[in-house]
Amino acid sequence: MSAAKKILNDPRNAAAEMLDGLVAAYDGEARKVGSGSIVMNGLLEGKPALLVGGGSGHEPIYHGLAGRNLADGAACGDIFAAPPPGVILDATRAVHRGKGVLYLYGNYAGDVMNFDMAAELAAEEGIEVRTVLIWDDISSAPPERKKDRRGVAGLLMIVKIAGAAAASVDTLDELERIATKARDQTRSLGVAMKAGSIPATGKPTFELPDDELEIGMGVHGEPGVERAKMMTADELVPKMLDRMFADDLPLGDGDEVVFFVNSFGATTMTELLVVNGTARKILAERGIRVHDSVLGPIVTCQEMAGFSLSFTKLDDELKRYWDMPCSSLGYSKM
Amino acid sequence: MGRQSLNTEEVRQMLMHVADGMIASESLLTDADRAIGDGDHGVGIERGFRAARERVAEDRFENLAGVFLAVGTALVGSMGGASGAVFGTFFRSGGKALGVATEWDSAGLAAFLEAGLDGVMQRGGAKPGDKTMIDALEPAAARARALSGEALDVALASSVEAAQEGKEKTRNMIATTGKARALGERSLGHPDPGALSMTLILRFMQDYVNA
Repeated sequence: MSAAKKILNDPRNAAAEMLDGLVAAYDGEARKVGSGSIVMNGLLEGKPALLVGGGSGHEPIYHGLAGRNLADGAACGDIFAAPPPGVILDATRAVHRGKGVLYLYGNYAGDVMNFDMAAELAAEEGIEVRTVLIWDDISSAPPERKKDRRGVAGLLMIVKIAGAAAASVDTLDELERIATKARDQTRSLGVAMKAGSIPATGKPTFELPDDELEIGMGVHGEPGVERAKMMTADELVPKMLDRMFADDLPLGDGDEVVFFVNSFGATTMTELLVVNGTARKILAERGIRVHDSVLGPIVTCQEMAGFSLSFTKLDDELKRYWDMPCSSLGYSKM
Repeated sequence: MGRQSLNTEEVRQMLMHVADGMIASESLLTDADRAIGDGDHGVGIERGFRAARERVAEDRFENLAGVFLAVGTALVGSMGGASGAVFGTFFRSGGKALGVATEWDSAGLAAFLEAGLDGVMQRGGAKPGDKTMIDALEPAAARARALSGEALDVALASSVEAAQEGKEKTRNMIATTGKARALGERSLGHPDPGALSMTLILRFMQDYVNA
């Protein structure tokens, strides 16, 4: 396989240079904190804080979800690597406004260890930290082992809802409760067609034959649950939705969802829209109402080809927070 | 008659040698991780040991704990990822166990490896058999304890063998933690990259002691 063609400076410095460019793109609404974090300026006083984060290389998430009515800040690691505790602690101090900080991030061993170490350091400084882990990927473990599931594209809805809640509620308890509910009502499943590459090495994160795809592959290229020959959208999408409907979140006639079709990087909007057309017919047949659609490359893995389907099942409370306007580099809503 | 022990300055030099070796192993570790994880382990290890090398290159340390802690803190602070937390915790927890000692002998090796193992198990929640670096570290620590009356070079050489054997056994294990967890049985046949790194760290220590 030929090496990826990427426009970078020093490939080993890609994450740091990306962060500088990201902060610049906020045009003064956000600032860089410490060596690896972005924090919004002018945060409302008296509110619990929402801090997200994770490895870089999946832009625009997580750092591009720092925004108005979204995350107050994000701690960024190197490419595909969790941020170190010191970076997370710097961000924690910057977003804390006396009401504590909620850590909301994907369930990966490295993230959990580093965020836990940061939480211990923050506690020593008198900052209360709670953690809600995102584990929406149904392919990484059966429903009875949710804690073994990875956090993938459904993070968008969970962070969106938690961000709206963080701007609205007054206590860390409330924020934790709402973020947990949004997490528990969200499911995702992806399919990979071609690997992305690590900027520092130029090497692909996995190998997949040209005529095959893999259902359930993670955004870092972690192997999935079913490998098959390439197929059409009309063949693939029902397979994926059947797996999602078979999970433990009941979805049926009259239920309302936010539906998200995400590209891992190289899959085009044309393809996402074709996929969406197929998916919407199936959802309609089951009587599932789509309250809002999101389509685009938001949870990516470099030039990886593939896409994921995610939904969050709404109740009145989650719908109210979903409907609040928000703005960020990664996702904005009028 | 082999080396009985190293003083603090020699341990500092040994860790510089370990850092050089780990930096040079980037490609090997990247390839090992691509087979089973997301391929970032080599780059992380290289970044961490560059920071560790820089940290201890110019400094002088009062005791063994000081130099091991400096390496661990540099790894935690620069690497991120699971590897940063795990290998940083290994050096930090192991170093703390050495207290104010200034001579590193085979009993010190055993204390270092055992305390490092305890720290890693508490941090990550993994246990022997989970296909992690613990599967190289745990047998190495046990071997060092068994040989803690021998000369340092003898105990270290045998610990490297134990780590190597433990690393090879990870080929027959199914990953239950980390990003390789989702592979299930497909992780069979590949050694764990963290166990490979753990083995390399000990082997580079041995190189220095034997030189």
